This record gives sequence, structure tokens and C-alpha cells, in this order.
Amino acid sequence: MTGNLQFDSQGRLRHFLTIDGLSRETIHQIFDIAESFISVGEREIKKVPLLRGKTVVNLFFESSTRTRTTFEIAAKRLSADVINLAVSASSTSKGETLLDTVRNLEAMHTDLFVVRHNQSGTAYLIAEHVPPHVRIINAGDGAHAHPTQAMLDTFTIRRHKGSFEHLKVAIVGDLMHSRVARSLIRALNTLGTSEVRVIAPLTLLPTGHESLGIKAYTDMREGLEGVDVIVMLRLQRERMRGAHIPSEQEYFNLYGLTLDKLACAKPDAIVMHPGPMNRGLEIDSAVADGLQSVILPQVTNGIAVRMAIMSLIMGGSSESGRPA
Amino acid sequence: MSDAPDVAQALARMAEQLRPLLDRRPLMIGIHTGGAWVANRLHGLLGLTDPLGTLDISFYRDDFTRIGMNPQVRASHLPVSVEDRHVILVDDVLHTGRTIRAALNEIFDYGRPASVTLAVLVDREGRELPISAQVVGLPMKLASGQHVKLAGPDSLALTLQEAGG
Repeated sequence: MTGNLQFDSQGRLRHFLTIDGLSRETIHQIFDIAESFISVGEREIKKVPLLRGKTVVNLFFESSTRTRTTFEIAAKRLSADVINLAVSASSTSKGETLLDTVRNLEAMHTDLFVVRHNQSGTAYLIAEHVPPHVRIINAGDGAHAHPTQAMLDTFTIRRHKGSFEHLKVAIVGDLMHSRVARSLIRALNTLGTSEVRVIAPLTLLPTGHESLGIKAYTDMREGLEGVDVIVMLRLQRERMRGAHIPSEQEYFNLYGLTLDKLACAKPDAIVMHPGPMNRGLEIDSAVADGLQSVILPQVTNGIAVRMAIMSLIMGGSSESGRPA
Repeated sequence: MSDAPDVAQALARMAEQLRPLLDRRPLMIGIHTGGAWVANRLHGLLGLTDPLGTLDISFYRDDFTRIGMNPQVRASHLPVSVEDRHVILVDDVLHTGRTIRAALNEIFDYGRPASVTLAVLVDREGRELPISAQVVGLPMKLASGQHVKLAGPDSLALTLQEAGG
């Protein structure tokens, strides 16, 4: 899939589809803008007028409460009008029908679509077919990518650790089905993270990770040794076909993050989770609610990062293609 | 490092004009980046005790849909509530008035000040909005293609730039 689709002829970000092709400078620029939006979120009036009069449609073919809500809050804090549309994926299994849905929404003068779909590449397909003034954000496509989640995760790491050059980051859990992990590894590599590790049972470990320059561990304690950041992944029960794990109890014993296993990491290591958490399965409540957890700040940071991405791609939109 | 002589004189003039406002316990807010440098000097000259606020108006610009997001955006920082306070809003150069329009809108998203006084280091022609400064350090006559820029923050100095030059 081409990452170039998300840039215009002058190299400006038009859509936000994937981490692939984003430079380190662009990522840090988004973080810098997000940092300013954090302070907006702490004010009495949490809105800024940047997207006043713009219409944002959250087009979700796959259910998600948290991601949709944070996109909705982000758009509303930018003063956009927001419409949430949950479409059952089965009724639009053919490409034509999907594009028909989009064309109908376009006819209602939508400026930005936030798209989530259980099939990889849906956001690309839509981006290829919309007129130049319409923007697309990928809010998760199948097992392929979840770029805004990767942005909020790395933004959270930057806020807590400063820079990436000396960091060891471990990603733990269901890497096989995780679009979060795929995008996150890209982002961490682009940002120059010194070491990225993945920890999972062999059945949940995709092949080809060596080419991304990452180290794989099946022993969790060994993998957590000396790391600065631990990213726990949700066990994607709904994406699993057949038995990838022997039993939930055994999974928790081997790969659940407990205080005991956390002690293998650096004393100031932070613990992240994209949510929603399976407590007692991939993470113990004592860790999730503990002092090293930054799981709730991740949610707050997610709003600021999504505001930054929306405002960055929507800026200058009247110049690039919209009829005057 | 000391400021350029013309800047130092202009700052002194501004401080004199602002002194009568001191019994109202004014709150000073500078606009990023040059306005914040000027405000920082005035804050010291006037011996204000409330901490200085800084404002980045990028999220309130009226040309966002035309030119996009300013990549150098910084967080606004108003450590003290503006509610019912007499605000002195400080900028380096007053030209079209659009920056001040944006700054006023942003201030009102933090609260309702009792009053806002505009203080600028340089007042030049070219207003596009009905906005004027109550306190001026240095009035300047410039051609429409000319721009005046404040360098800082260690030593403040004004430089004149010709458009396209």
C-alpha cells in the first residue's frame, strides 16, 4: 500500500492513513502541536475555533467506544460539527457500496472522514476516491494499521521519557492480531528508539520481525529486563480464530503483567495499554492501577494528539482544491 | 546583554504610560514570541508581582484554512485567572490588528477580564480592523512592503526588512 497518498504534491500531510512515510520531524511536529492542545484541555473553556463550520463524520464499520469517543471529543474541541455513523460492515461488503456511502456523505459537504473498518486498506480506498478538499483519517483498518494510536502511545512516551535515543521499549502480548503493535513499531523505529522488543508466545508472534530490527522473546521476564517502557496489548479474543493460547489462566501466568514481573524492568519504567484492558488476563489490576501505570494519561493524550492530527491535515484546506 | 538604545527608550516610555494603572493590580500577558519578550521587560520595570502570562494565538488565527497550522505553536500559559482582572496585553508590533483580535478571543476563553489595555512596542500603519493601542513605545511610518521585526530574547533589537529582499 502506498503511503504517498497521504501527502499532496508539496509534501504536506493531507490524510492520516499510516505511520509509513512520516518523517521524524513530522511526528515531532504533531507532538509539539498536541502539547499545546493539552493546555487547552485544562482550561475552563476547552474549545478552540480552528475547525468552526467544518463537518467531521466518524464512519465506523467496526464498533469501538473509546476511539470513536476520543475522536468525537477532539473534533468538538476544535469546534467542528460531528456526526457519528455506525455502519454494519456486512451491508457494505462490496467496494461499490462502501464508496456509495461515502459519496452520499460527501454530498452533505463533509470535510473529514474518520474511518474504522475491519478490512485492511479501507481508509486508502476512500482516500483515493474523495475530492481533493476532503480529508481521511484511518482510525484502524483490519489488522493493518492504527496510526493515531501509535501516535498517542509515542507521544505519551515522549511526555514521560523525553527522548527515544536511549530507550528500551517492550511490546507484550497478541502481536499476531495487533494493528496497534504494527503501527507502534514503525513509529518507534522512525523516532530512533534504541531497542524495541516484542514478547509473546510463539503462536501470537508474527514472523518477519527481525527485518524491522526488533528482538523477540518468549520468556517475559527475560524480555522485560532493563526496559524503560512496557506496552501491553489487549488479547484480541474477537480476532482469534481457533486456539492460539492454551488457557486464559496459563496465559496470565506466563504473559500477564504482574508487579512481580514488572520488577524485571527499570524501576522508573512506565506501563501502557491501548485499552480496553482485560484485567486478570494480560494485566493485573495492581499494575494497571499502580504508580507506574500511564494508562489513563494515554487517554487524555489521545485527545490532544487527535486534535493535532486533525488540525494539521485540515489546515490550508481551502487552498488545496476546494472551489472558492 | 543590554537592549538596543531605541528599544530601551521605547520600553521606558511604555513603563511610564503604564505606571498609572498599577493601583488596579494589572495582570500582564505577552503574545508569543516578541510580545512575550517585551512583556517580560515591562514586568520587571514595573515590578509586577503576579506571574507573567503568555499567549500563543495559533489556534485563533483567521487565516488557518488558508495557510494551515503554525508548526512552531507553543502552549499558552496563563498562570493566574483573568476573571475580573485588569489585563495589560503586550505585543511587539501592531500592524493589521488581526493578531490582537485573535488574542482577545483567546483571553475570553479563559475568563472575563474587567478590562484589557493594549500595549505595543511598535505601532505602525496598516490596520485592517478597528483596533488601537493605548500604550505605544515607538510609532513608526513604514511603507506597505516594509516590515519591522524584533530580535531577542537576550538583547532586544528592531530590524527593518524590505519585502522580497
